[in-house]
Amino acid sequence: MSQAVGVSSKEPSDGYQLRVVREVLLALLAKEASHGYQLRARLQLALGPLAEALNAGQVYVTLTRLEKAGLVTAERVGQTDRPDRKVYELTAAGRERVMEWLDDTSWPKPAPAEFHLKLVAAAAAGLGDPGRLVDTQRHAVLAGLAAAQRAALAEPADSTAGLLLEGVVLRLQADLHWLEACARYWTPRKDR
Amino acid sequence: MDTVESLPIVSPILRASGLRMRYGQGSGIVHALDGVDLDVATGETVAVMGASGSGKSTLLHLLGGLERPSAGEVWLAGRRIDGLGETALARLRRTAIGFVFQAFHLMDELTAAENVELPALLAGQSPRAARRRAAELLERVGLSHRAEHLPSALSGGERQRVAIARALSNEPLVVLADEPTGNLDSAATLDVLRLLDSLRTAGQTLVIVTHDARVAATADRLISMRDGGFVEETRLTHGSTGRLGELAGLEG
Repeated sequence: MSQAVGVSSKEPSDGYQLRVVREVLLALLAKEASHGYQLRARLQLALGPLAEALNAGQVYVTLTRLEKAGLVTAERVGQTDRPDRKVYELTAAGRERVMEWLDDTSWPKPAPAEFHLKLVAAAAAGLGDPGRLVDTQRHAVLAGLAAAQRAALAEPADSTAGLLLEGVVLRLQADLHWLEACARYWTPRKDR
Repeated sequence: MDTVESLPIVSPILRASGLRMRYGQGSGIVHALDGVDLDVATGETVAVMGASGSGKSTLLHLLGGLERPSAGEVWLAGRRIDGLGETALARLRRTAIGFVFQAFHLMDELTAAENVELPALLAGQSPRAARRRAAELLERVGLSHRAEHLPSALSGGERQRVAIARALSNEPLVVLADEPTGNLDSAATLDVLRLLDSLRTAGQTLVIVTHDARVAATADRLISMRDGGFVEETRLTHGSTGRLGELAGLEG
């Protein structure tokens, strides 16, 4: 995935920085020209409770960068009793970037490799009990699953954000299945 | 006397200390439970996870007075119960503890409503009071429209929800659930999850033994067992959605 296009860590640090925010904003503009706050509102709808911790300024900072990069154009629209606001529109280069993003099949972060190597190394070097590492890791993953599941249960049945939360729950469940296999492999049994 | 209504509400409502359970003898002896201490606070949901043979079901049976420990103590609402006589123990199980089992254990000849009424009737309530209570509980588990059906006409998920309603019949001090979703498909599991989550929110004290991560995730506190002992314990309550962005792969 185009991680390199992501936003640098130098921006305001309140809240988390959304990954692939440029691609997301460009894609949201593919339908029609929009104001920054409209884009933010659409993001919030898609992310539900996950949008609460989102960095507030990131959308606006990123739109300015996209404008400089020639991927969007901005037109100032006057308002009677407020400062002017900008309407952003996708350029041909911006549209091309959106299509590249939609066609990209890379998948973020396959988790197991690092933990697997940690267990192997811990066992080999006698640094710690791999079974204990697995127990601790399972509880950490379960705490995440609990947070996602509670957020999912709080969403109405037809919520878009609920679908995302369900995805988080299912992925963590898969991680837990694998950790069970790790536990079986690394935990010596008393009775066998 | 054996009635629990007269007992003061104390925290922890349920306590186990130095709990041991051995089966067999001589060289064939199996330590199903090997010195377990557990305090469950009033209104708390505790999930116990572990592979089969880890001792988690034995623990639940001892907590509910279904078996007696080889050593150690079980206290419910400030009263030691592991030494009670058989009659007193049976009465305690009927009035103060709600059980939910993997295989539902409903009476096949009785309707959903009659199954839910039964514990209240056995505890000496009037038929009218028992009926009213059953209607309330079936509504709470979303099955008012199935009240007159026999268990054989209900889906697995519906049967388990009836069993949960039955467990709540006498407003038990604690509900003990053994693999409540073990026989359910994922859609029915989700219904039971919602129900367990609503019980937790309503302040019902609950101990759930499960290998299902989604069920365990409804708890306030998670305990893992291995070889008859506790190996890891985590508090799952949290108000923040801060880590969720990272888990969803949104953060970069």
